[in-house]
Amino acid sequence: MALVNVVLTRSRAIVLGLLGVAAVVATWDVYKALGPEQGVLIGTTRVLPRTTDLAMPHSWEMLQRFGEPVTARIGAPDAFSAVFDASMFSLGLAARGWLIGVVVGLLLALAMSRFRIVESALLPWVVLSQTVPLIAIAPLVRRWGSEIEIGSYVWTSQDSVAVIAAYLAFFPVAVGALRGLKSPDTTHLDLMHALGVGWWRTLLTLRLPASVPFVLPALRLAAASAVIGAVVAEVSIGLKGGLGRMVIDYAVAASGDPAKPWAPIFGAVAIGLLAAGAVGLLGLALRPFRLTGVPR
Amino acid sequence: MKRTLKLGAAAAALALVASGCGSEDDGNDSEVDVAANEDCAARTTEARDAGDLTEVSLQLQWVSQAQFAGYYAAVAECFYVDEGLDVKIVEGGVDIVPQDVLASGDVDYAISWVPKVLGSIEQGAKITDVAQIFERSATTQISFKDKNITSPADLKGKAVGSWGFGNEWELFAGMQEAGVGVGDINLVQQAFDMNAFLAGDIDAAQAMTYNEYAQVLETVNPETGELFTPDDLNVIDWNDAGSAMLQDAIWAQTEKLSDAAYEEQTVAFIKASIKGWAFVRDNPEEAATIVAESGSELGTSHQLWMTNEVNKLLWPSTNGVGLIDEAAWKQTVDIALNTKNETGASIISKEPPATAYSNEYVEKALAELEADGVDTLGKDYEPITVELKEGGK
Repeated sequence: MALVNVVLTRSRAIVLGLLGVAAVVATWDVYKALGPEQGVLIGTTRVLPRTTDLAMPHSWEMLQRFGEPVTARIGAPDAFSAVFDASMFSLGLAARGWLIGVVVGLLLALAMSRFRIVESALLPWVVLSQTVPLIAIAPLVRRWGSEIEIGSYVWTSQDSVAVIAAYLAFFPVAVGALRGLKSPDTTHLDLMHALGVGWWRTLLTLRLPASVPFVLPALRLAAASAVIGAVVAEVSIGLKGGLGRMVIDYAVAASGDPAKPWAPIFGAVAIGLLAAGAVGLLGLALRPFRLTGVPR
Repeated sequence: MKRTLKLGAAAAALALVASGCGSEDDGNDSEVDVAANEDCAARTTEARDAGDLTEVSLQLQWVSQAQFAGYYAAVAECFYVDEGLDVKIVEGGVDIVPQDVLASGDVDYAISWVPKVLGSIEQGAKITDVAQIFERSATTQISFKDKNITSPADLKGKAVGSWGFGNEWELFAGMQEAGVGVGDINLVQQAFDMNAFLAGDIDAAQAMTYNEYAQVLETVNPETGELFTPDDLNVIDWNDAGSAMLQDAIWAQTEKLSDAAYEEQTVAFIKASIKGWAFVRDNPEEAATIVAESGSELGTSHQLWMTNEVNKLLWPSTNGVGLIDEAAWKQTVDIALNTKNETGASIISKEPPATAYSNEYVEKALAELEADGVDTLGKDYEPITVELKEGGK
């Protein structure tokens, strides 16, 4: 019976998800068909885009483009497999960035929750770090990285991209986990204290489980940030193989082959969903902890 | 509980697989893997294993494309290997400034435009133009015929596109010459594509002859149902307007040039590079294929167009490819000193140091090439005719 219920809710979620996608596609094509050619202007500001084929290719044209070869070169792959390969490449870098970011973020949060003084000293810097524009740090990371050599390991541009992705990903984790680690009720903490339980035991039995509801959304945010960070860093330093570089490469065709530049954008959407979905699975694994620790 | 654990394991596995995907490639991935012919690939490996080659890295200004075809050809045809060099080509990116990468010593040579580097030199970058590969400027301002913009003076009161970031100086200099101030036009920030131009938001758009100009010609004219043709466009060529500035040049580290080994290597590098460009002149189709197979994603007809247009910037060469023409250098410096942008700033405030360029190495290279029977003037050069396909395919 329970199984039937699960299947029902699942399929409902899938159907609703598909409907949502269909609604976006329909809105796009309906607006394209009925909207004014020059878009909608308020004064001189365009609030709705032009509906020309250049600005808004038909949804089926964009889909069709996936089946066509990237270029006329003999042996050129079709756009779908090119985008798929690039997506997997970027997803890989984003995943590396996410892992690094999560580890760093959690460690920072632990240190900050353990020592008040660390929190006061570190938290402003954690926040400040996110105000530095990516385009400023990307070339720096690449240049510093190129001077790193650990034994036989040589730093590559891929590592630079992963580090930049991590730079964006650690922030929500650090802030979310800190909030979570400090979330247990004072009465619970007092109880632990009264029982003479040490900091480590308190951490494992009370603080960590209590932090789960705060950490999970942070992990999801971090996944999205890591994907954005990876793609933008690729653009920034021109790393070959991923979606970011593909965006630059395909932009040249924006006028003559307007459906083509959309291909990597769909790739980015797909890996964003995939990354968030994977973190969602992680959330299911941690579900038992959602019921303990925090009274809710 | 068991189920959730399984899900967690699946998520972890997914993350691992994904991170594994990213690390398949080893080696430095901003380096271009140039597609050499079999014979040359074998020779390169052999010479490399024997330890006969000196590793040299070259930082490009942008990602792989036919703009740099000569260097790709020199790798693919083993011209560098013949000179004892193992050249690694490093691609650029949106935020990679080649002269900074060179000045910080991460690479041995870099390709960049002279006006962009002049600013860096004034700010302390110690680098030298050792070979002026492009003799002519490829920057133009294009407009549709019905706008009637045929000279810089006609830009007055128009929406004029520019990419900025140091690409605007020839435009501003040309306008100033014609008495049109930056305030007299509506300066529009231009994107990588030509959509704003095609939609009519920009009256006169900046276009490189080898790239954006072709992008327009690859687009279907909604009125005729056929591709746009050169007859639909007016082109302001800064070479004709007298405000052209020197573009792609090979830059070397000034301080290392006092080192005999680096000097010798510089001559060898320039020599093989020019030989590569001579190959591109004589075999444009093959050169375009080499670039495409080395990882450029540009469409095939677009790539060939770019190769052909870039050839026109070098050939025929007035004094031998790479030789820095003093008059052209002076014109570039004068414009850099005297042209004001929209904020009233100029590229440089004083004359660049004498070390900013040197013909010493390129002269040696040209002499050696002449002795080898390589034509470095291309007096009889004739461009080919390239038919652009829709979308540059």
